[in-house]
Amino acid sequence: MKKRSKLGVLLILLAVCLVFAGCGGKKEKDGGTLEAIKARGKVIAGVKYDTKLFGLKDPATGKIEGFDIDIAKALAKKIFGDESKVELKEVTSKTRIPLLQNGDIDLIIATMTITEERKEQVDFSDVYFKAGQSLLVKKGSPIQGLEDIKKGVKVLTAKGSTSAKNIREKAPDATVLEFENYQDAFTALKAGQGDALTTDNAILLGMQKQDPNYIVVGGNFTDEPYGIAIKKGDSEFVQVVNDLLKEMKESGEYDKLYEQWMGVKPE
Amino acid sequence: MSKTFDIQILFDHWDRFLEGFLHTIEASAIALIGSFTLGTIIAVMRISPLKPLNWLGTAYVEFIRNIPLLLVVFFFFLGLPSLGVPLDGFTSGTLGLMVYTASFIAESIRAGIQTVPTGQTEAARATGLTYLQTMTSIVLPQAVKIVLPSISNQFINLVKNSSILAVVAGLDLMYYADLINADTFLPLTVYTLVALFYLVLTLPLSMAVHAMERRFSSANRS
Amino acid sequence: MDFAGAYSWPNLSFILQGFGMTLLVAALSILFSFVLGTLLGILRYTRVPLLNPLLAVIIDLIRNLPLLLIIYFIYIVLPQLGLKLPPFGAAIAALTLFEGAMISEIVRGGLTSVDRGQIEAARSSGLGYVQTMRHIILPQALRRMAPPLVSQFISLLKDTSLAIIISLPEIMHNVQILQGHSPNYVIPALIVAALLYFAVNYTLSIIARRLEARKI
Repeated sequence: MKKRSKLGVLLILLAVCLVFAGCGGKKEKDGGTLEAIKARGKVIAGVKYDTKLFGLKDPATGKIEGFDIDIAKALAKKIFGDESKVELKEVTSKTRIPLLQNGDIDLIIATMTITEERKEQVDFSDVYFKAGQSLLVKKGSPIQGLEDIKKGVKVLTAKGSTSAKNIREKAPDATVLEFENYQDAFTALKAGQGDALTTDNAILLGMQKQDPNYIVVGGNFTDEPYGIAIKKGDSEFVQVVNDLLKEMKESGEYDKLYEQWMGVKPE
Repeated sequence: MSKTFDIQILFDHWDRFLEGFLHTIEASAIALIGSFTLGTIIAVMRISPLKPLNWLGTAYVEFIRNIPLLLVVFFFFLGLPSLGVPLDGFTSGTLGLMVYTASFIAESIRAGIQTVPTGQTEAARATGLTYLQTMTSIVLPQAVKIVLPSISNQFINLVKNSSILAVVAGLDLMYYADLINADTFLPLTVYTLVALFYLVLTLPLSMAVHAMERRFSSANRS
Repeated sequence: MDFAGAYSWPNLSFILQGFGMTLLVAALSILFSFVLGTLLGILRYTRVPLLNPLLAVIIDLIRNLPLLLIIYFIYIVLPQLGLKLPPFGAAIAALTLFEGAMISEIVRGGLTSVDRGQIEAARSSGLGYVQTMRHIILPQALRRMAPPLVSQFISLLKDTSLAIIISLPEIMHNVQILQGHSPNYVIPALIVAALLYFAVNYTLSIIARRLEARKI
């Protein structure tokens, strides 16, 4: 008797759920992101808090700092003439798209690679950072690019990373030495245990900044262009962001920021 | 766009739901076997007459039970790579589940062992069986039967806890749900379906536990 | 591993701040889930027709779902239905709902363990229903419920770490940010986090054991 009533209730609940869900459609507010920003008086940017050089929280000051953050500030300056009119909201790779779609954030500036699949879900600005795997060598090294990684050349990287996999595919004849992490690989490069170090260009640029005797060469041999994501269909706001990037590049501000975070001028 | 519930998603993304569902089952099953084995060893250590073993077993149980599963998983996912042992999300998630659940299973089995009268152990030892033989052939089989309901409960927890894999991109049901949600943006449908997938696993298990408990308590009464 | 770097004062204080958030969210969720769980447990015990099977099903469903899913549901799906909560509120709401369902079963179990004959005896001696509950049943039930309740609170404290998926700045989230600064900070930071959790939870578990010993 008890069992049956429980089952019955379960079925009723399910039915209620479906009905509720069926009519639960909430009409989205129309009107663009830009109007919403202006009405609110500030930009809400979804950024990372745990990614070096792009968006990283400083434990000492509690401030979030990085290339992505400065682009968000530049956007606030463009819209309001005041770079402090920006609110940063932490996103992760998991939450960033739902938060954008729910309207919690106006845009995502969070090391997001532009892919065909993601283009179905969001609109992207122009590329604002060309990420990809590259090479770090000692100044004056004969290695100037992937084509110089031949048989007998020792390439250093971190254990089990995609970087190790990629270099084995692109330069199958080279000797790949894997270290515990990138810092150890860099120490080994300095100690002359290898000829080149390979991983994401942003990490390599950070190393170059740390020790200018080492330089990034040959450009990227994998292609991960970062874009700023905006709610699908809001071409007006995409235009605003693209104009911003263009103006920043023309005024030299983009180069300045790039150099500040990556230690070198963009190519 | 205004629609929030669309069952069609289940059919459109059937392959990804299934892939995630199977990974969830796989992680839970591997972790169950692993944690049962490890838990039994630790339980035997905890009641062993050898002090160092005893101490080690107790330390394991007390320490692991009092820290979050996520911390154990992070040790495998973030910690080990910094020592040069890179593990993918699925492996580190499953290992974390195993190590964590073993501490609970060890406690259940220890409690079970202690319900077996010590007279039996003494009798077995008197007939010439070694400590280990007594354990494996006399005590443990009885203990396991007694603790079956509580171990099944741990298995339910394991299935639910396997969702931790999503935090480390471990390809489980929750992980695929996020991908499907990003594609369709019908979170209500996607996560309701995910909930149903989990319930398909956990509800029958919990009904079985209830039945076992009822039978057990009525057997005790008679 | 870089212990010296990881344990610089800003980093340690950052981990401690995270633990402060963990404790705050846990404390509020313990409070709310205890209230919710007690109410639901008593309702279930009194077996109100119609309401009882409905509650039984809802509680069973919640108990059989992963907490992670509930947290995510409240943070990502509810805004669709018009209820928007920040990570702090969403974490507390999810923990209250999930742990409340767990606690309601503990409360119901505790109440059921008190012999129903006592109710009849108390009622026939002239006490009202509420008085019987308050003076006869609840005190006995509470003593029996105390150890499993404390265990549940330990689970709750550990479960707050799941709110990392909605970026709640609790301790595990801050450990992850330290990892962003240097992978060599991870293990030292995890050790501190483990010791903090252990200190609080082990104390709670000793309390639970004391309560259990007193019961017998």
